[in-house]
Amino acid sequence: MKFSKAKYLRAAAATSIAGASLLTLAGTSGASSGGLAKGAPVTIGISLSLSGDFSADGLAFQQGYKLWAADVNKTGGLLGHKVVLDIVSDASSPTQVVTNYQDLISVKHVNLTFGPFSSLLSLPAAKAVARYGYALVEGAGGAPSVFQAGLHNLFDVSLPVANDLVPFSKWITSLPKAKRPTTVAYVTSNDPFTEPQVTTIEPVLAKAGIKTVYNHVFPAEVTDYTSIADAVAASKPQVVVLGSVDVPTVSSFMQAFEQSGFSPKVFIATGGPDQGTTFLKAVGAKNANGMMVPNAWYGGSSNPLSKKMVAEYVKLYGGTASQVSSDVVEAYSVGEVVAQAVKATGGFDNKKIIQYLHSKVTLQSAQGPVRFNALGMNTTPTAFTFQWQGTKFVQVNPAGDPNSVPVLFPKPAWGK
Amino acid sequence: MNSIALLSAAKDGILTGSIYALMATGLTLIFGVMDIINLAQGILVILGAYLSYALQVHWHIDLFVGLLITIPTMFIVGIVIERLFMSRLKGPEKTAMSLLVTYAVSLLIEGSLNMIFSVNDVQLQGWYVPKAFAIGQIHFGYVYVAGFILAGVLLSALYFMLYRTRFGVSVRASLADQTSAALVGIDVRRVSTITFGIGVAVTAAGGMIYGATNSFNASSSYDLISRLLTIIVLGGMGSLGGAMVAGVSMVFIGDMVGVIWSPVWSSMSYFVVLVIVLLLRPQGLFGKQLTRAA
Repeated sequence: MKFSKAKYLRAAAATSIAGASLLTLAGTSGASSGGLAKGAPVTIGISLSLSGDFSADGLAFQQGYKLWAADVNKTGGLLGHKVVLDIVSDASSPTQVVTNYQDLISVKHVNLTFGPFSSLLSLPAAKAVARYGYALVEGAGGAPSVFQAGLHNLFDVSLPVANDLVPFSKWITSLPKAKRPTTVAYVTSNDPFTEPQVTTIEPVLAKAGIKTVYNHVFPAEVTDYTSIADAVAASKPQVVVLGSVDVPTVSSFMQAFEQSGFSPKVFIATGGPDQGTTFLKAVGAKNANGMMVPNAWYGGSSNPLSKKMVAEYVKLYGGTASQVSSDVVEAYSVGEVVAQAVKATGGFDNKKIIQYLHSKVTLQSAQGPVRFNALGMNTTPTAFTFQWQGTKFVQVNPAGDPNSVPVLFPKPAWGK
Repeated sequence: MNSIALLSAAKDGILTGSIYALMATGLTLIFGVMDIINLAQGILVILGAYLSYALQVHWHIDLFVGLLITIPTMFIVGIVIERLFMSRLKGPEKTAMSLLVTYAVSLLIEGSLNMIFSVNDVQLQGWYVPKAFAIGQIHFGYVYVAGFILAGVLLSALYFMLYRTRFGVSVRASLADQTSAALVGIDVRRVSTITFGIGVAVTAAGGMIYGATNSFNASSSYDLISRLLTIIVLGGMGSLGGAMVAGVSMVFIGDMVGVIWSPVWSSMSYFVVLVIVLLLRPQGLFGKQLTRAA
């Protein structure tokens, strides 16, 4: 059958109009959900990485979301509607996450959407959700590339990642010259979460006279880190800055360093040591001693909302405050922020929620205050550096902060 | 780049590559005898690692001693999988269907492992896991060296079995031509079942070493299976020697490029080699020339 160009264009136009109409219909059905029938539950659609590379983080996020939903339901739900979470797995895939949100909105007609784990997935998720006019409030998508997309519906309740390592770099450069390390190695996964953090501090440390002896990016799909870790060890840096997303990456580097008899004076990883029990189990409590990680929150935070959440988490899952993963609070904070927006707008209308979140209002969460700029970036949080000291996970930077304790420096040798 | 880093990378490539070779051997053996591409090989490696983990955590059994239990257990797992699923695959679509069936088996095992052990990463522990000895300035991790020796012993045992036993003759005959093997009285079905069991049994050893050198969860299988498949394609589908050469060369090339150039190119460099080899020898380094009916 011949298909002329004109016919093709007409068919394409018809398909586009039909598609757009379907999207509009689907979007309308969600966006107009402000008026839920009395007693009807409010459904929140979430795609999480329950398998694949981010599954450990996905599980912690699921715990955070469920903890929040249980808390809200204990007090009568959102505006009297019981909260029901519809969580589906995206297997850590940026394509599956798009399919999931499309399905959650257009087929399951959820009322609200919460974000997935990681910048890698949050960006495609927000783009998909934006087509339906839904807000996507998320807790783990703070990479610059996420905000550079200029999406109006995206809101990240956590600390934007680019500045995560700034307090750490300030601490290093503030050390007296005699004590200050002289060499540094940067080794990072090619991930939107890790690379911006590393590139931000490199010129700062260089300016302070700390020589870069190793600086390489490695692909995210690496299965064996030994040779990379050995190359870092061979360059004998006093400081190692590891751009990692998960526990396996950090534990592999730690093990390879130990095997090669190399123990840096300072070892900071962008992700992994903040995973509480999971990290301790993988590396052993003694090896964790002295490991550092940047973040905006820790289990010992004095924020009353955080204390409440931590107490409930420990009651439900056991462990100690130090062992609560930061993923849990990032997810929990998403719920808290959306709950305040729902209350303020008096319903579940996504358009009104987006407007409200863009109104420069300051909201409260277990991670601290939240106020969004035009890009959906939280402008209020302060970056901190945390360190494992024995079996305690403590805040060590900024140095002047009343909650900071002195840095364990130099890092004890492995197993000490 | 310094010479220590280069020598360390060469050492890492050979030691780690041998472990991958061991894991890939099972995959290529199964394909050679049964025309089955076992996508579940990655998750079976992880299952082997979890078995070692369970023995260690619950019964405090040393990782290497535990192999006396996990290798036979994985052999039985292989037999069960073959009987339940693989033996039903027949006809010209067998190889293509095997992709779907083994993927389904893989998902089944992955889901079960997630339910039993959760998705939190774990790592196998032992006094020797973080320890190393040095020759000059090059450090050799005990567990990597032990893994290298273990791979050598198991691969030698496999070779002995294939070339010095009556069963090996049956396997090689089935590898060459199943119809002819059946015509001379070889029970191809039995050979296939046992071969599948052996192919899965070696994952117990590979999994134990993998679990001692990396923290893992069930999802770690995805990265593994993609590596294992590329190894057997480079080595030649069905070739044991090919799997060994390709396993070591894959990691060796990647590690050397990572040190000389940048780690970001290490995976790509291997694939460049793979493409060049396949352009010159579509059957892989040691694979047989493919013939296709008109």
